Amino acid sequence: MKLYALLISLVVLLFAGSLVSGTTPVSIGHSFASLFATDGSPMSVVMQQIRLPRAILAVMIGASLGLSGAAMQGYLRNPLAEPGLIGVSAASGLGAVIALQTGLAAAFALALPLMALVAAVIAVALILLMAGSRGQALTLILAGIAISALASALTSLVLNLSPNPFAAAEIVFWMLGSLADRSFSHVALALPFMAVGWLLLSGLGRGLDALTLGEDAAAAMGVRLSRLRLALVIGTAACVGAGTAVAGAIGFVGLVVPHILRPFVGGRPSQLLWASALGGAAMVLAADIAVRIALPDRDLKLGVLMALIGAPLFLHLIYKTRGRL
Amino acid sequence: MTEVLKLSGLTVRRDHCPVVDDVSLSIRAGECVGLIGPNGAGKTTMMRAALGLLPHEGAASLAQLSEAARAKHCAWLPQAREIAWPVSVETLVRLGRLPHRTSGAEDQKAVTKALAQMGLENFATRTATELSGGEQGRVLIARALAQETPLIMADEPIAGLDPAAQVSTMRMFAEIAKGGRSVLCALHDLGLAARYCQRLILLDQGRIVADGTPSAVLTPKNLAEVFHITAHFEQTSEGPVFQALDVLP
Repeated sequence: MKLYALLISLVVLLFAGSLVSGTTPVSIGHSFASLFATDGSPMSVVMQQIRLPRAILAVMIGASLGLSGAAMQGYLRNPLAEPGLIGVSAASGLGAVIALQTGLAAAFALALPLMALVAAVIAVALILLMAGSRGQALTLILAGIAISALASALTSLVLNLSPNPFAAAEIVFWMLGSLADRSFSHVALALPFMAVGWLLLSGLGRGLDALTLGEDAAAAMGVRLSRLRLALVIGTAACVGAGTAVAGAIGFVGLVVPHILRPFVGGRPSQLLWASALGGAAMVLAADIAVRIALPDRDLKLGVLMALIGAPLFLHLIYKTRGRL
Repeated sequence: MTEVLKLSGLTVRRDHCPVVDDVSLSIRAGECVGLIGPNGAGKTTMMRAALGLLPHEGAASLAQLSEAARAKHCAWLPQAREIAWPVSVETLVRLGRLPHRTSGAEDQKAVTKALAQMGLENFATRTATELSGGEQGRVLIARALAQETPLIMADEPIAGLDPAAQVSTMRMFAEIAKGGRSVLCALHDLGLAARYCQRLILLDQGRIVADGTPSAVLTPKNLAEVFHITAHFEQTSEGPVFQALDVLP
């Protein structure tokens, strides 16, 4: 309980921090006053239509990545699992890249996230077809790797055939992952999918706890593994697909956050779900503040910074726990 | 006596070849039954099919129950000792309470009792993944006990345990049976099987070869034909003593 209180206050604090960070130099008090102002002043527009959706998206995406990472690790009983494993983020990225390449994204603002979502749905259909209802954890991993590889190859193909360097640069920059210049329409687009994902994943706690003893013991304790796997795949896909669709690929959150928080919840997968959701939200908020503070005029990408922080952190954790993994 | 498990004509095929072949048996309340047979005889497959975890032909009373009802009727202890996460021993044993959805106090009572039965009182707060293999085996048995089911099915529960833990585990199973619950456990130690199980079921190539008291099952003929060994088997003042002697050519 103390952990949850701590994580919630951290998220609230960072949310406020995210609202007051940006290139427009104004006092904190003025920022918050503008957040609730109805006078249509430039600062109220900045707060209400730029910074607020950005902070909300950071929470939504961070929570999604943390939650699905914890669920994925719990299901596969492997601390190296992450939500990208089932190939949905790669597929979603491919959809977005196609939207950019074909010019659809320029023609219609939400074409990019919509295409990304369509690609994510196709990837889920494929993975369910491959891993099936009787499939085991290993089938799921292998199918995910194959789908990821295929989606990355097709993304490379699009880049390869890109008619001009500007289009290629746009694609590459999009793929780096960012929360800059997102609006409430992005929030509205991602929220229904993420809500479904959160609902599906949050119901997995009991089954994931039982899986601590292995698939056979869990099944004998009344856990329906095929239903659990279906909820996991669809829930993760909804969360991660929607997240990638609006913000591009943001790695490491789903891998590192459950790993950091596991000791604090006594290793219990069910407790880790919510702790990781909160931890993920805090991490993405923090990183999104950092990109604005570190290089304010260079548009440092969130995905880049996350990997820069995440990878060494992960190495440190591996170093600390080596031999105990 | 009421039946806690009934198999009739249970058959499991792997690529059309039966690995469990037309097995019929019933286990009554209060029995401690040892399932014996050489490697590959079909012991594990039979128990998993009996639980409904494998596709099978024939009827198994447990497999006909709903998942939730089955989990309250039978605790299954697989041979592979999996503990995926560094949880405390007490948390792990408490997983046995998952099927029950009972109150915290009732769960705590069952967990405390199971820990005591396996002599693990002092281990409650230890991290399960940091224990030795044999200690983990005892913790996992305690988990199955905490499930408080009429039937416990265990696949080689005492493999890898030290002699004292082996004897006390088997003695505890026998006591549980005296208390009215039932135990079906696959065993390779025929000496412990003879001493602590009131009934043995001998499986070979998927079929039941013998089913009865230890002295009726561990006959020189069965030992030679199924295990290819000779053995010394004697009723002593300290109970039955069984010792394998030699491998037959």
